[in-house]
Order: sequence, then structure tokens, then C-alpha cells
Amino acid sequence: MGKEPVSAGSGWAGKKGVRLTSSLAAAALDGRFEHPAKMSGGTSERIGSIDMNRLDQTFSRLREKGEKALITYIMAGDPSLQDTEELVLELERAGADVIELGVPFSDPIADGPVIQKAAERGLRSGTSLRMILESVRHLRGTTQIPIVLMAYYNNIHAFGEAEFCRKAVEAGVDGVIVPDMPPDEGGPLRGPADEAGLHIIFLLAPTSTSARRAYVAKESGGFVYYVSITGITGAKLSDIAGVRANVAKIRKHTKRPVAVGFGVATAEDAARVSKVADGVIVGSAIVHRVGEHGQDGRLIQEVGGFVRSLKAAMQPA
Amino acid sequence: MAIPDRHGRFGPYGGRYVPETLMPALLELEEVYQRTRRDKKFQTEFKHYLKEYVGRPTPLYFAQRLTKCLGGAKIYLKREDLCHTGAHKINNAIGQALLAKRMKKPRLIAETGAGQHGVATATVAAMFGLECEIYMGTEDMQRQALNVFRMRLLGATVTGVDAGSRTLKDAISEAMRDWTTNVRTTHYVLGSVLGAHPYPMMIRDFQSVIGREARKQILAAEGRLPDGLVACVGGGSNAIGLFHAFVPDKKVKLVGVEAGGLGIESGKHAARFAGGRPGVLQGTMTYLLQDDNGQVNLTHSVSAGLDYAAVGPEHSYHKETNRAHYTSVTDDEALAAFDLLAREEGIMPALESAHAIAEVVRSAPKMKKSQVLIVNLSGRGDKDVQQVARMKGVLL
Repeated sequence: MGKEPVSAGSGWAGKKGVRLTSSLAAAALDGRFEHPAKMSGGTSERIGSIDMNRLDQTFSRLREKGEKALITYIMAGDPSLQDTEELVLELERAGADVIELGVPFSDPIADGPVIQKAAERGLRSGTSLRMILESVRHLRGTTQIPIVLMAYYNNIHAFGEAEFCRKAVEAGVDGVIVPDMPPDEGGPLRGPADEAGLHIIFLLAPTSTSARRAYVAKESGGFVYYVSITGITGAKLSDIAGVRANVAKIRKHTKRPVAVGFGVATAEDAARVSKVADGVIVGSAIVHRVGEHGQDGRLIQEVGGFVRSLKAAMQPA
Repeated sequence: MAIPDRHGRFGPYGGRYVPETLMPALLELEEVYQRTRRDKKFQTEFKHYLKEYVGRPTPLYFAQRLTKCLGGAKIYLKREDLCHTGAHKINNAIGQALLAKRMKKPRLIAETGAGQHGVATATVAAMFGLECEIYMGTEDMQRQALNVFRMRLLGATVTGVDAGSRTLKDAISEAMRDWTTNVRTTHYVLGSVLGAHPYPMMIRDFQSVIGREARKQILAAEGRLPDGLVACVGGGSNAIGLFHAFVPDKKVKLVGVEAGGLGIESGKHAARFAGGRPGVLQGTMTYLLQDDNGQVNLTHSVSAGLDYAAVGPEHSYHKETNRAHYTSVTDDEALAAFDLLAREEGIMPALESAHAIAEVVRSAPKMKKSQVLIVNLSGRGDKDVQQVARMKGVLL
């Protein structure tokens, strides 16, 4: 077991066949036990303790085909969890490669008005993290598309970090993004996430210094989430050259895929971003359509149509 | 051991729970602040403005008639209500504006609940020639219409926040979103010992002048330290400001007073230590009013400045280590204390500070006449006159 070729440098496109039967062994190989309380930004790149989960396999498959990942965000429970499940299946049919599910929080400081309103709708429909995990479990009867949760830290803290990681992976979640938890505060989540095989995906921003890029890129599992604008979700993308330059700088610190989000609103944005990054994340533009058509019977059709247009724009020429 | 530690932790509380976009700004702020606090030139400049502009030191006034009326401990009032702009908030606003100038950030933003911190920030922005935008919940704008107009007279833009409970919490979220967007040109003047490191530490330091003065003043007046200190706790900056210099004086009892609203059992209150548990809100780990799923509860208080679901992390630490004690008084008790102080001493306290007075109304009669209490009169009540009239059913 310990002699399998699982080196930290194997990167995200590493050998598919290798699975570790013990997460402890993976941790030991990774030298992860050296810094249990706070993440210290060690020199080795993290590998998931399940060597390749659905997320890694998807990025690997796309890279082999020379394609970029379309990552679509919707708010769970907006307007209802049943709609969310139907939307996930439609997003997959429409060409999404990864699903990001927002967990509605009462005080979403990183989100603009579109996603704030979606969170309010999600809370009004009575949606909780526990119920969202049930929905993911239900979806896993039908689809194997990678699913990543985007949850504010207090929802996870209230659930219990260890229990959350265990239950999320059991339900079929592949990764988690916590927008108000930089890796500096990620200690309590790291251990249980590694043990369960849940990727913690961290964010980098245009304001990030070179020291932060090195630290955050190494800590991030699954992929690195580059926030394309200095701002909150739903703002307008303006500086594609800046995005290109920053993605290049991030790549110096990690072999993991870099996906770009915040401000990707149109098929044209998606096309431009797909030329400079491994993944394109679209949130507010989809959520806005959910808000418009959540009650008029055209929800699936409208969202599906929009996502098809994004996917078409991202096809390599 | 000094708190917070270098990660901004007061025991398990505090920290830096913010989007990555803000991390470099917080790290820069911490670095600049650590350098500045040891810089004599900065300290001289800060003291100059506190003395010449704010009017410090503020008096420590022996409330003779209130003492007699309650029939127990001698009551001293630390008169922060006599600061320029009418509350302790300006101590911190001046400190942060001086830092913003050092960081060459030409724009200040701030949140405000009762309006006192917004007015203080708008005031120092005018004095230093900085651009200023204040975020305020629309519910609070209605409760504190006078302060909204004052801020506008001072040249600030006041932006209403129409999300969530439309109070202080939502104003902070919106200010954080603004800061996330404009971080390169903007300094966020957070108003209380809340938020991500280094804010709770930095604001405590700027406010600790209150306790340093009070300690000196009470030693001069009584020849000894007081038996207790009493202060209201919203975020908790006036309380930390008064307590800080006395923390090593273990015999001095520290009492923080939270907003009991319509009563703890009603669920309509802002008493985090009575009804909350640790969680993360707006950058910090601290006691928080929240439901089982970690959603932040709506709060209620007659006092906009205390109407907030979380509390400064250093208070959570003092609570857990038993160095300070926390209690709550209801809207009605605060209103009665407002009346009492106006009639007995000719001083109208802010409704926030009236909570501290109400606690003294309860505790002073049970104490000996030889004992001494200091109450932080953190703000003046002029801004609350309309609200008080509404509560009494008086049409102005």
C-alpha cells in the first residue's frame, strides 16, 4: 500500500488507478500531520486522500480532450429543493461539467444582490445544509456529475466540521468552497476533510500578493478558484488581460486546474475566460434566470438554454 | 500573555474569517498598525486630536443625587457623552482616519447603527478632507433620522441598506462588500471591537484612553480603585475601552450590559451571552445569536447601537475566563433609567448608555455606601429624544 506511486508531485492529472485504502496513509505520505492546528503552507502540494474523486476525474478527462470545464452555480432550495434537483440534471444535460450548490446563509458577505436574494428565497423555502445533503444523496441515484458546495463557515461550524465532512462525502459531495474561510482559518476543517476525502477549494483574488498566491494555491484541493474581479459576486468582468496574467502566476505554484469565477455573465465572457483558464464558473447570471423564471413554468427551459449557449461558446475552435 | 495572539485570537475567539480579496488589506492594516502604535509621532498626533478636537480628558463626574436616590454605592459617570459629536465613537474614528492617511487611502467607509459612529466618521472625514460613505440599515435610518441628516450636513453620503433586518448587521455586510470592491482606495472604519483581526485589537487600543483616564481620575477622587465598572455592550467598544486599563486589577468587577429587548424569554432581544453560542459572523468567531442551522437570528432592542447579533470576540474571552460578567436589561428598564438620569442629574443618556444606568439602578442599592461604581456614559441622548417620545406615545 505505502509503496504505490502516490507522490505529491503527481498533480491533478495523476494516475487514475491509484486509490489509497487508508486516508491515514495518504496523510502520512503527504506530510500533512506536521501542521494539524493551522495550515502552515508546506512545500508539498495537497492530494486528496481519495486520490481521484469525481472532480479530479472530470478535470482530467476534459484536459485529455483539450476542453475546459463549465462550472455552474445555483442556490440550493431556490425556489425549492425539488427544483434544485431538476435543475442539476438539466445543467448536466446542457453541458455543465461541475455543479456548484450554494448553501443559503442569512449574511452572505461575499455575494452581490442577485445571490443575496437567492439565499433569501432558499431560506424561505426552509432549506438547510442537512436537507441539501439529502438532495445530493438523492441525485447520486441518477448522476455522477461532480458536486461542490459553496457554504459560509458558520453553517458548517453549526453542523460540526467533522460531521459535515463525513456526511457530505457519504451523500456524494466532492468538494466545498467556504468564501469567508481563507486557509489561514481552515485548520478545524482540514483534518476531517482530508480524512473523508472532501476537497477544500480555496479562492485567490486580484488583490492577492505573491506570498498569498503561493500559500493559497498549495492549500487548495480539486482546483484553485480565481476571483476575476476585486469585488463581490455578480460584478462585471472587465480586465481579461489581468485575469490571464494572474492565472499564469497561480500556475507557477500549482499543477491543479485554475477556474475563474465572479463576473462571468455572458457566453462571450465564458468564451474569453475559457481561453485563459481550465474552468469557467458562472453563478449570478444563472441565478438571475432562476429568480426570473422560478415560478412561471419556464425555469428548466430558460436555464438550460442559457447554459447550452455558454457551453457552445467554450468549444475549442 | 498578551491578547490577541498573532493570529488575532482571544483564546478560541476572534480570527480573520473574510473573503480572500480582503486578506491582503487586513494583513497590510495589521502591519501598518503594529508599526504605527509604536511610533511616537503618531501617538503625539493622536493625543493632540483627542485633546484639542475631541475635548479629552472627559470628566469623571460624581453623580451625587443619583447616588442618594439609589441609596447604595457611590456612582461616578465617565462622561464620554461630552466628547465632540456626543459619544466615545470619535476616539476610534480619529485613530483610524490617521491610519488611513498613512496608508494613503483617500476614502473612508463605515457602518452605523445608532448613527453615532457614522457621525463620528463623517466628522473626521470632513476634518481630514477625506471622502466618506456611511452604510446604515433603513430601519435604523428611520429610528435615527436626525443623525442621518447630521451625516449629510457633514458632507458624507449615507446609503440605506434594505436587506435582512435592515439594521446594524446588514450595514456591516454592505460595508464589507464595498470594501471588498474598493479595497485599493478605501479604508473601512469599523466602529466597534468586531470584525476580523486586527480590528478588535486596534479599536480596543484606540478606545482604551477611556479606562486610562478613569483609573487616574478615580484614584485622584477616591484614593482607591472602584469596586465595579459598568458599561453597555453592543459590539462592545465603550465597554472594552473602559475595562481594558482595569483588567489586571482583579478586584475590580467588570460588568457588561446587553440589550434584553422585550425580555430574554420573548426571544426578541440582543443578549448574546444569554441566548447565543459561539459562531462566525462578519469576520470573527464569537458569541452569536443563531438558530440550530447556523443562520443568524434577528435581534431586537430599543437601542439601535445594541441591536446586533454578535459581540466583540474579546468580550467572549472575558466571559469565558470569568474576568467580566454580562447581564441584560430590557427596553422598559432602559427607558426608566433614561428618565431617572434626566431628572436626577440633568443628563440625558443615549439609550445605549441608559442600559448601563439601568444595571446600576439594580445593583447599586444592594451595595455598601462605601463602595464605588464607575458607569460609562458612552453617549448623549439628544439623538434619542424622538424615539423616546414615540415609546411614550407622545406626538412631537
